[in-house]
This record gives sequence, C-alpha cells and structure tokens, in this order.
Amino acid sequence: MPKYTLNINNRTHEVNVDKDMPLLWVLRDTLSMVGTKYGCGIAQCGACTVHLNGSAMRSCSVPVSAIGDKKITTIEGLDKDNKHPLQEAWREFDVPQCGYCQAGQIMNAAALLKNNKAPSDQDIDNAMAGNLCRCGTYTRIKAAIKSVAK
Amino acid sequence: MTKDIDLKRRSFLKLTSTMGGGLILGFNLLSACEDIAVEKIVSAALPKDWFTINTFIKIGETGLVTILSPNPEIGQNVKTSMPMIVAEELDARWEDVVVEQAPLSDGFTRQVAGGSQSIRKGWDSLRNAGATAKQMLINAAAKRWEVDAKTLTATDGMIKNENGNTLSYGELAAEAATLEVPTDITLKAPSEYKIIGHSKVNVDINNIITGKPLFGIDTKEEGMVYAASIRPPAFGMELVNYDDSAAREVDGVIDVIRYADHKIAVLANNTWVAFKAKALVKANWKAVGTLESTSDHDAKLNALLDKKSAEPRRNDGDVDKAFKVADKVVERVYEAPFLPHNCLEPMNFFAKMEGGKLICKGPIQTPAWAQNRIADITKVPKEDISIMMTRMGGGFGRRLYGDFSDEAAEIAHKTGKSIQLMFSREDDMSSGTYRPASKYKIKAAIKEGEITAYHLTEACFNGNMFDSIPNYFPAGSIENMRVDTNTEKSNITTGAWRAPYTNFLAYAEQSFFDEMAQELAMDPVDLRIKLFEKAKANQDAGYEYDPERAIGVTKLAAEKAGWGKQGKDVHLGLSVYFSHNTHVAEVAEVQMTDDGPVIKKVTAAVDCGIVVNPYAAQNQVEGGIVDGIGHAMFGNFMLENGKAKSKNFNSYRMIRMHESPEIAVHFVKSEKSPTGLGEPSLPPVGGAIANALYKATGKRLYKQPFVNESELLG
Ligand code: FES
Ligand code: FES
Repeated sequence: MPKYTLNINNRTHEVNVDKDMPLLWVLRDTLSMVGTKYGCGIAQCGACTVHLNGSAMRSCSVPVSAIGDKKITTIEGLDKDNKHPLQEAWREFDVPQCGYCQAGQIMNAAALLKNNKAPSDQDIDNAMAGNLCRCGTYTRIKAAIKSVAK
Repeated sequence: MTKDIDLKRRSFLKLTSTMGGGLILGFNLLSACEDIAVEKIVSAALPKDWFTINTFIKIGETGLVTILSPNPEIGQNVKTSMPMIVAEELDARWEDVVVEQAPLSDGFTRQVAGGSQSIRKGWDSLRNAGATAKQMLINAAAKRWEVDAKTLTATDGMIKNENGNTLSYGELAAEAATLEVPTDITLKAPSEYKIIGHSKVNVDINNIITGKPLFGIDTKEEGMVYAASIRPPAFGMELVNYDDSAAREVDGVIDVIRYADHKIAVLANNTWVAFKAKALVKANWKAVGTLESTSDHDAKLNALLDKKSAEPRRNDGDVDKAFKVADKVVERVYEAPFLPHNCLEPMNFFAKMEGGKLICKGPIQTPAWAQNRIADITKVPKEDISIMMTRMGGGFGRRLYGDFSDEAAEIAHKTGKSIQLMFSREDDMSSGTYRPASKYKIKAAIKEGEITAYHLTEACFNGNMFDSIPNYFPAGSIENMRVDTNTEKSNITTGAWRAPYTNFLAYAEQSFFDEMAQELAMDPVDLRIKLFEKAKANQDAGYEYDPERAIGVTKLAAEKAGWGKQGKDVHLGLSVYFSHNTHVAEVAEVQMTDDGPVIKKVTAAVDCGIVVNPYAAQNQVEGGIVDGIGHAMFGNFMLENGKAKSKNFNSYRMIRMHESPEIAVHFVKSEKSPTGLGEPSLPPVGGAIANALYKATGKRLYKQPFVNESELLG
C-alpha cells in the first residue's frame, strides 16, 4: 500500500493506506482523530469539514492521494488553546444540542470568516447552506457567527 | 431509590493542564470506555479519593462533586439539566460539579431517552438524591461537632453551625458515605433555587467544540475491527446465499460472515475498506413478502379512512345525529408520508467479548431493552452484559430500537472479536424504523355558530397513533365527539419518530380548526379560547390537557407575536397543542415577497412548569420548531417495490440554515413541577405554518410535504 506524508495541524503523519481512501477515514480510523465526523460520505452534510490550505473541504470526498503537501487543519487543531473566536462564541451561545454536526459547522464558519471578516446574513446563509444540523440549531449557529463577524 | 452500588473508582482523574484559574480535568468514565476523555473547568482541586454518598453522587476530599447523569443524552440536554437538579438539592456549587454519564445500572430507574419524560419522571428521584446526600453531610458534621443536626445549615458546599464555624463537603465526605440514608428530608421551595432556573452551559461543550471523542462512532479500542453490514435491499426480502470471494481479496478485509439470519457483515481494519468490500459481495435475495410501494400505501390508507372502527377510541354524545341536524358539515383529509429519522450520526455500536462477558457501548436510547434482547440472542446471561451509553448524534426515536446494538453484540459474540458496527448513511436511511405514513379524515358539524360535532378517523400502518391519546384536545370542548382508528399491516419497519402520535396529527387538527374559525367568522385565537373555556366548564369530560394552561400559552403567543397588529403583507397562523405533558402555542409569520411566501418568524409560548435550564430549554424549543418546519415542508420518504427511493441527503431534502426562520421563545412563569421539552414544540408548528401560508396564498395545505403541494412554495 502506498505511503503518504500528511501535514495535519502542523504535525507530520505518515500513513500507509489505499490511494482512494478519503481523508475523512484516514483521520478517523487510521489516525484516531475523530473530531471530524461522518454524516453522508457524499459531500451533502458538511459534518466532515476540514481546511485544506485554509479553505473548507469535505474530507469525505477528498482522496488521500489528492492532498500532496497541502496543509490540513481539523477541529482538533483549529486553535492551539481551543480559543478560536468561534469556539468562544459557541460556548457563549451554548449552540450544540447533540453536538454531532458542530465541528463541521465551526470549521466551515472559520473558513468563511477567514475570507470575509464581516459577512452579511446572506453571506452566512450561502456559506453555511452545505452544513446540515439535524437538531435544528441553525439560529444559534448564525447568531454565534454574527457575534464574531461584527 | 438510592440503592447503593459501588461506583467508586479511585484515581480516575488526571491533571491535563490548567487554564483560566481553574483546573481542566481529563478523566476516564469507566474501564469499559477508557477512550472517552471529558473536560470541564472546575474550581475545586483534584481529590485523591472519591466517596460514594449515593447512586448519583460521589464527593472527593477536596470538595469536588461528581454527579452521575442517569439518562442517555441525545441532544435533549439531560446530561446538564438532570445533574443541575441534583446539585440544587445538594446545595453544591455548580463550579465544583463534574458530570459523568452513568452506565446502565440497577441503581437507577428508567434510563431511557424517550417521550420527553426524563426531567418529568426524574424530578423526584433527582431531588431526593441531592437532598438525602446533603442531609448525610449535615449528619456527619453534627457528629463531628457533637451538636443537633437541626442547628446546622448547608450552602454552597459548606455546612455551618450556630457559632459560625464551617466544614466543607470535602472534609465530611468520607464520614457521610458511611452514614445511614436519611428518610426525613425536606426539599427546597422553588423560591430558594440557585441552580435550577439559572442557565448552565452544556457540560460537554468544550469536548464538542474541540472534537474530543464523545459519540459512539468515536469508539476506538486496541484490536478493534470495523463491521459493515449488508442488509436486505428491500423490505420483504430475505437472503438466499452470497459469494464473498471478491470482497475477501480486498486488502484489509478480515472476515465476511452471515448473521441475524439475513444479514452479512464485512469485517475490516477500517470503515472505508469495510464499506468498499461490502459492494463486492454478490448476494442473492428473494422476496418472501409483498414488495410495497408508496402508491399501494396511499390506496390502502384511503380505504381505511372510510371505515368505522369496531370500538371507537372515544365516543361522546352522538356525532351522527349532530351531523344530520347541522347547518353545515365540513370534511377534510390530511396526509403524511413515511419519515426516516436521519440522525446525523449514523447507527453504530461497539461490542466485545471479554472473559465470557459481553461489553457493549454506544448510542442507545433504551439500554435496558437492548440488554434483554442481547441476552436472548447471544445466550450470555444478562448480568454478564454491560451497556454503556455514549453521547448520541441525535436520537429522534430511532435509537429506541436497538437493531444495531443487537447486531453488534451478535457479531462480536459470533466472531470473538472486538467490533464497531458501522451503518453507512445509505444503510441508515434505507433500513430504518420509520414514522408510518398516515391519513386523517376530520369531519365537523356547525349549528347556530357552534361546533356541535367532531369526528376524526385515523388510517395508519402497523398500529394506530391515536390509541394512546383519544383524550387530547378537542375532547371536552365539543359535545359530540368520536374517534375511529383503523390500521393495516405493512412490512416496512415502523416506530416512534420525535413526538410520535402528534407530529402529524397536530398539524391536521390545528389546520382544521383554522378552517373552522373561518367558517364561524371568528378570530382563530378567540375560537381556541372559547373551546378551552368550554372544556374548563366541562371538567368531568375526561380529557388530558389543562384548559387553563392552554389558554395561558395561547394568549401569550398571540400577544408576543403581535396578533392582529401585523402589517400589510405579513400573515400570521396560530396553532396550539398539548403533548408530552407540555402546553405550547405557536404563531408563524409568513411574508409575501417577490419570490413568493417566506416563513420569517415563529413565536412560541411554552408552559412546561419550572424551566430547569432556561437557555438550553430555549434551544430545545427552537430545534423542535426547525425540525417540524423542515419535515412538514420537505420530508418525504417513498418506497418502490419495497425499496427506499431516498438513500442519502442528495435525494432526501432536509431543512438548512437559510430555510430556518427567526424564532422567539417565551416560557410561562410557573412553579409547577417541570415537564419535558424534547418534543412538544414540534407538533404545533406544522399547523402554524400551514395556517399562515393559507393567509398569504389563499391555498389550504392538506398534504405533507408542503413543498410538493404548491408551486408557490418551491
Ligand atoms: S460526511 Fe462529508 S459532507 Fe457529509
Ligand atoms: S447539534 Fe445535532 S446535528 Fe447539529
């Protein structure tokens, strides 16, 4: 099996896996980094969102062989002190219900704010439309993002 | 109530780092789930020893308190709000409390997440657990000081005597743990509450937002392998045989086995390989029953609507007579499809054999039922089967049914391996336990400006939703009332789906009453109040809701939503519903825009008695409303020849952020015992939006999902 060297959260990891294995499963099963979640496997729910060179990507739909030396950031490495402004806002708004979608929501929102410091409501709706929350915490997710954006 | 079990596990705490003046504790819950690290910032220092005061409470010598949360957490906040109730009566400081998920244990009653009953049914035992523990600490102090316990007071983790001396809970814990459980305890009055009614952030918040392993799917154990399951491709089919040679060729595949008679498990060293190899197994299936389609379901339900049941569920007065003499008779039919639960965390479960014992762990709403079934299937004695509940990525009723827990246990038992069973999203959606499709026919008589008769007929698969609730509204408010229920068998697996019985019924009924108000030329708010007043005056009629509280929420929602004061192009729809012991009224606001009607806002008034954790409670209400709108608008699960037509989110529409309205939640101030909130805000919202959309478009909606009903809503 081929060997891949991955840069995840500024650390190097070597993995021996199939070339078509999605990054999601490399993270979860090979490296036991389980913050990135499986929801659909077909880029429809956003639970598996990570950053590749700072942009939001659905890790379920990126094969490990396509990553090369791009920098991967997962929820575990979003902020070294776990105090990213969005994480602080998520605490303040007590956003989660079951919590399963929230890592993906935060990663997606963090990528949005990186490119757009002051997104409008419409910008937030557009950017977050790919992230499902089955529990329906959308109003709080939006409020939390807005509190950071202003 | 507080049968003592030994949950004392020493030195299970380890210091991981410090931050913000407090300590962050990383500790392992149980030996069965060593991988679950939990963090909480607490103020007290780490104890060397824990002393078990009762089933719910352990106190360390430093004053740190561990409260075990008995019920499974599916997102309904019980892991935070149930321990809050214990801490309140214990008079601990919330900052000194760490919460631990309890395993399935005889020491607790009703370890179930379902029916919005955790808080309501746990209210007494949780308070008693806190209050008895507090009394034991007081008694320990009385012994130490050699004074009468009655002269001592407890506050914020401290016992104080008349001279102003204090002893901390930590200093007293060792002694208190040896004392007898007192029976003469006094519970606090609501006016004395310091924790209940004061919002506390989710105890798992830091773990959730930093991606710590918390969910069943996050289970990782040394030597664990992954099992993917091949399930019959259609309801009504069974496995004949299969060829697994190609699957076994795949690098990483460990074994392929037949289990549960008609399923095949592919065991592999990771989920991806297991899923990939699954597609290479060539299985032959045969039909052993009808392969049902949505169109057949429709015809069957229509036929059932025309029948009267042998035994009506309720039969007040004489509806037939009232219809005969009526000025006008109105009859409407409402329809709803099957619905999958679609928990965002797909079904999964961990199981392993260890020294003849079966150790199971995962997301399950009903661990005790799972334990019984697993004992049946594997013949491992019940006392040798342990079940640990993980946090769940949603439940909604799906995880009441532990097909996945039983299957994981069976595979582990059969293979002797430590396995994590993983459903793909496709497995999850297409071999679920669905809310059955159903229809309601509602017929009412109007005479001289009054509703004189109400006749509801339910048609449903695999039992009747209405059986358990014939005494809900409008019982007691209309003189002649009859409920007929008819059912037909289906081989589609059906079961409870968030707010079972009422998730669709409430919409049918509340839309119907909106039409009634129109027929009577009455304001919908006034009609509801008039009917509740009638019920109030008719107290012996045998109904289950409280008309006074129903009037309370109706008035509050109307007032907060600006009922009757809305501007042009703003359309309001009202719905009032009692379910799961909680009264809720909702007003939906629809605005006409150039792109058609848009649901802008929902205002909810909720009477659930005492609100234990207000900000989180509000979250529950918001979630139920979003869920209810999403499924009323879009939820549609169809079958063709026994096969699911939707298998993933690309062919099943779920509500998304831009489709969620603004939501305002108002709780009725109350000192009544609390009732649940996981479900009651969902049932009314379908009616509220249907009624508001009618005002905006002039079109009544009779069939869910609404998105198919009207192009206007596309
Ligand atoms: S799991 Fe990747 S988008 Fe759903
Ligand atoms: S919080 Fe449960 S899916 Fe979003």
